[in-house]
This record gives sequence, C-alpha cells and structure tokens, in this order.
Amino acid sequence: MSASVKTATDAATTGERRRPKRHKGIAGNSLSFWLFVGPFVVGLLVFSYLPIIWSLILSFFEAYNTATPSKFVGLQNYVDMLTDHNFLSSLGTFTIFAVFIVPLTFVLSLALALLVNQVKIARSFFRSVFFLPTACSYVVASLIWRLSIFNGVRFGLANTVLGWFGIDNIAWLSTVDPPWYWLPLVTVRLWLQLGFYMILFIAGLQRISPALYEAAYVDGANPGWQVFRYITLPQLRATSVAVLILNLIAAYQAFDEFYNLIGNVNYARPPLVYLYGISLGSIQDLGHGSAGALILAVIIMLVTLLQSRIFGFGKAGD
Amino acid sequence: MPAHVPNAGLSRRDLLKRTGGLAALAAFTAACGGNTGRPSSGGGSGGSKPNLSQWYHQYGETGTQQAALKYAKAYPDANVAVQWTPGDYDAKLASGLLSSKGPDVFEGHFNISMVKSNQVVALDDIMADVKDDFQPGDLATNTLDGKIYGIRMIIDPQVIYYKKSLLDKAGIKPPETIDDLISAAKELTTNKVKGIYVGNDGGNVMGGPALYSSGGEFLTKDNKPGFTGDRAAQAFGKLHELYASKSILLGAPTDWWDPTAINQGLVAMQWIGMWAVPGMQKALGDDIGVIPFPKLDAQAKPAVYSGGWTQFVSAKSANVEAAKKYVKWLWIDKSEYQEDWSLNYGFHIPPRKSLAAKAAKLQSGVAADTVKLTQDYGYTDNPAWTPKMNTAFGDMLTNIIKKGADPAAEIAKTEKTVNSELSRLFG
Repeated sequence: MSASVKTATDAATTGERRRPKRHKGIAGNSLSFWLFVGPFVVGLLVFSYLPIIWSLILSFFEAYNTATPSKFVGLQNYVDMLTDHNFLSSLGTFTIFAVFIVPLTFVLSLALALLVNQVKIARSFFRSVFFLPTACSYVVASLIWRLSIFNGVRFGLANTVLGWFGIDNIAWLSTVDPPWYWLPLVTVRLWLQLGFYMILFIAGLQRISPALYEAAYVDGANPGWQVFRYITLPQLRATSVAVLILNLIAAYQAFDEFYNLIGNVNYARPPLVYLYGISLGSIQDLGHGSAGALILAVIIMLVTLLQSRIFGFGKAGD
Repeated sequence: MPAHVPNAGLSRRDLLKRTGGLAALAAFTAACGGNTGRPSSGGGSGGSKPNLSQWYHQYGETGTQQAALKYAKAYPDANVAVQWTPGDYDAKLASGLLSSKGPDVFEGHFNISMVKSNQVVALDDIMADVKDDFQPGDLATNTLDGKIYGIRMIIDPQVIYYKKSLLDKAGIKPPETIDDLISAAKELTTNKVKGIYVGNDGGNVMGGPALYSSGGEFLTKDNKPGFTGDRAAQAFGKLHELYASKSILLGAPTDWWDPTAINQGLVAMQWIGMWAVPGMQKALGDDIGVIPFPKLDAQAKPAVYSGGWTQFVSAKSANVEAAKKYVKWLWIDKSEYQEDWSLNYGFHIPPRKSLAAKAAKLQSGVAADTVKLTQDYGYTDNPAWTPKMNTAFGDMLTNIIKKGADPAAEIAKTEKTVNSELSRLFG
C-alpha cells in the first residue's frame, strides 16, 4: 500500500513521463498480492468454506459411510443430536474444562508476563524459555504426560514423587472418583499455551505509555497493587479481551490432549472428540456428525458475540 | 561470480515473484494428492500389470511388516503396495473406503454396514472350493444373506494368562467363576504387584465375554438385543466389583493387548490375546497358565472371544478382479505364507482346519491349552452388531464399571440405541 502511494506521489511530482511506471507499479503490486495471498485463499476455500458448506448439506441427510448421501431426512439429525445425552454431556465436559482452563490461563499468563517484563537481565532468555513449549505439538506433549509423568504405575514421575512421601500410586488417567484425569488434562494445556498468551500480554504491557506510570508516581500511587489495578489492568483491556476470546475458542476446540491422554471415553469427552468418534471413527455417521459440528459452531459464535458484547471487543482499543 | 556480488540476474523480489507463488501452488496441489499407498502408474518394472494397494493395521510383533512386504513382492500378477498403518487404523480405513483412493484389498472386521454402503464385494467364487476347510464360526462372522464377504486371515482368541508361580505361592487354584477371579485378584495384590490387568479403561474389553459367560449374546438369532436379561446385568455388575476391588492395574504405559505389564511383573494375571504368547514365553518361560473368561455361575459356561482379522476386497477398487485374484493367491492358495503369518511372529490360530491341524507350535504348552479353550468356548462376532451399537455398549460398560451406575438402567439406555439402529438396518 505504502509503495503505491509513493509511486503515485512520484508521478504527481514528475508529470507525464512517469505515468507508465505508475501503471506497472499497480499491476506489479496486485500480481504479488495474488501470488502471496492466492494460495491461502484457495486453501481457505477448499479446506474451510467448501467443507463447511458440504457438512451443512450432509447434516440434512442420512449419511452412513458416504459423503454423497441420497436420503433426505430434514432436521432429524439436529433433533437427534440435541436430544443425544452423550452430545449434551460432552458440552458439559467442555464447560468444566473451560471453567478450569480459561481463568487459570488468564491469571497465570498475565502473572508470567508481568514477571518477565520486570526482569532486567536476560530478558529474551526468559521470554523464549516460557514461549518454547508453544512450539511443541499437543500429541508429543500428551505422550510425555501420559507415558512418563502421569502414568499410573510406580515408575511414573508423579507417582515416584508421591512414593517419597509414602503415598500410594494413583492411576491419574483412569481414576474417575476423584476425577484425577483433570490434572494431566489441564496441566498439559497450561504448559503448552501459557507462553503464547504471555507474549500477547507482554506486547500489551509494552504499549502502555511510561508517562502514565510517571504520573501515577507523582500522584503518590502505591507502586504495587494500586498501579496494577488502576493503570496496568485497564490499559491491558484490549489484550485481555483478545486473550479471553482466543482462550475460550481454543478450549471449545479441545481435542488433541483429550484424545491422546484418555481416548474416546464418555466421562471426559469434549464435543470434538465425540463428533470425531461418530463421524470419522469406525461409525462413519456423517449426517449426525455434521449436524453436531454445526450446532457447536453456532454455540461458539454466540458465546464469542456475547463475550465481546459484555467486554466490548470492538471499542476496547480506545 | 565473486562472492561480494549479489545475484546479479534476478533481484530477490523478482525471484520470489517468479518462483515463490508457483512453488507454493505446487506444494499445495501435491498435498492434495495424498498417498494412497498405490505405486504410481506407468514406468518401472511393472509393465502392464495392475497396481493394487493393500492396507494392514500395525501388528505389534517384530518381523510382521517385513513378512507382509515379502508376500506382496512375491505375487507375480500385480504390483502390490503395502500400506502399514500405525495408530487409529479403523478411522483411517473408514475414511479410505469412502473414496476410490482407498485400498484395493484390506484387513478389517466385518459388519453389515460395509455391505449396506457397498464397500466390499462378495468372495463366494474364490471361497467355493475351500469353504469346508474353515471353521463354521469364522465363516458365519463374515457372511451376510448367504454371501461370504471376507476371508479370515488369523484367529485371535482372547483369554486370561497368569503367572503359575504366583498363584501357587498364594495357594490359589485357577479361577473357575467370576467370583473366584475377583477374590484371586484381591489375594494376589501386594504393594508391588496388582492382581490383574484388564486394560486402562478398567475392563471394557471383557464386556462381551462377561455377557457370553452369563448365557447372553449381543444379538439373538432373529436380530433382537440379547444383552438385556438380569443375568447379563449381574455379569456387568461383577466387572464393576472387580474394578472396585482395587486389585486391577490402571494407567499402565501400554494397553491390554501388549504383554509388557505381565512381563514386567506389574500384575499376576492379564487379559490378552494368544498373539502375545511368544513374547510372554520369552520373558517368563514356562511360568504361564491360561483360563477362559470364567463362567458367571454353575448355570453357565466360560467364554473365549475368538477375534482375529479378515481380508476384504474393496468394492470401490478399480481392479476388483485383480484384487480378488491376489486375495485368493495369498489367503487361499499360498498355505506356506498363511502358516508363516499365523505362527512365526505372534501366535494366531490358522483359520484353515488343514493348517491348524499341523501347526506344531500350537500343539504343546499354553498355546495348545488356548486352542483347546477356543474350540470349547469360543464365540465370534455377529455381523449385524455395528460399530454404533458397539460404541453404545462400550459407553454402557464405562458407566457401569467405572462410575458404578445401575446395570439395569444402563442396559435399558443401550437397548434403545441398539433397537433404533436395528430398525434402521432391518426395517
């Protein structure tokens, strides 16, 4: 954009002689625009929009083992899904998960960001160290959590530590009463995503004008809590809202750690694992699966809209 | 060109313009192609031979993949590419079978929806001459409306193996009823060793055997739910009792199908298939005994789930005839390969009576005992029992076993799902 403005200004100052160059400039820009953006647009169309439209179609058909069904069933799949106690309980599972993960991630990543932002030495080292887990795949992290940290036998890391205090082995992932499986599920996600949200908060912190802090200092504000409460937190409003929304959507999309840590079991099955099981596992019921996926999409949209209405996502910048 | 002169012909931007977009597009389209496991057509040594793709799940025993490749390579009339699939084979197979990009021949487990959605072809013509050489149960589990759709490759009985020395030391006889099993598991549990390992989910895998050992079945002969009686509820309740006895191993790094738990001395008994016998013998020597899933009480019989894998020909294959010919060659004609596959890696019972009769490795010790138990108490899958019913059944077991839910109420919920599925299939 700035390049084309510059060319236009050049043309204006130098007159006719430069005009052909201006044409070439715009053409070149739009060519590179499409070269760079084109593949992603095609990818978005083919891998996102087309499947969404296709599953909308599938959701009105009985579609077992086929993506080109012929038996139209109207809204029956939606009715079935909305009365399916497994699907409803998967929404319940998600809610529990979100109740744990969203506030925890928010508080801990903000705390980390404040700490790392205060550090005077080796700043980039600390930032990278906390950000590094973000680069790890959920599958790999889940395997480490399941096989070495939280396995249920005596040589698992968590059980070894408990053993020092004479506490019996706990089958972390297989115990439903008390529901210990939430511990590995929540900690693996925290470990993986804290660093990412920390970086968002650091970026937000660095945008706060130092003049505000100086003014607070002059006015005699207590440099700890008061400054945080009345300067830092309000100034971080835009970042906080973004972190909350991203976090909630990510929680709705939870799949990898559930699938890899405990598999498709009905007591801890978030919506995506359940939908995967009925439509892409051996059942291959694509009609019900698509209906469920669209119901879920609508819920995510509604919650996001509601959330931004409450926190004011659009006007958060001012 | 001297080092300090930058690439004079093309500026970095030009180079990107000319190649970047193209490369991205090429990568993108290549990614769309996917790998079907089929050799690319044309060229090579193939000549005019058809190309076939054959899918396997990942067998745990060393040497199996090499053996599968060896058989495929030895076939003279087609180029066969083997796709070996670690991880969730069922899911991958299910989506592979939706399109013509899937396998031509594959192993799997038969159920009615494969026929309803036209995924497999009938194999009666290639089975005609050898039908009598297969066990009736292995034929029935792959037959629908009088047509045979699959060839049993291996029979995998699932039973309970135990360490004889530990039972002897505790003065316990091999359990004969479910109650015996529960009390044995309790007595064998110490602070280092648990009584039994039945999988990390707490024993769902024993739901079928528990049902049969109470005299029930998944579906009756006229395709009605067969798991609804009081005795079935009682048997499922016993599985909860076993789980709640705190004598089962949970959270092991490997699941029930892998003998690591018993081999490492974490448990005294383990629910597992006969495939693991060579691995257990290597670790434990002769210190292994076997029992079937014990009977509920004197009114019933023990149960052995006679599972296994079956070979199919995909109806969407471009070369159905060539695929059938290959399947006939490998799983009917080449008895030395069938013998190799059944006996040289893990132990499986060869489905052909003629081969099973001369399988020397299965004629002594614990393997022979397992074969005998399978003959006496074995049951095979009912093809009308679909994955959807099985998922509902599994959810029911989780609720009963782990959450201690009321078996009768859970059975009623499952019956509803199974009935609606039955009415979809049979009207």
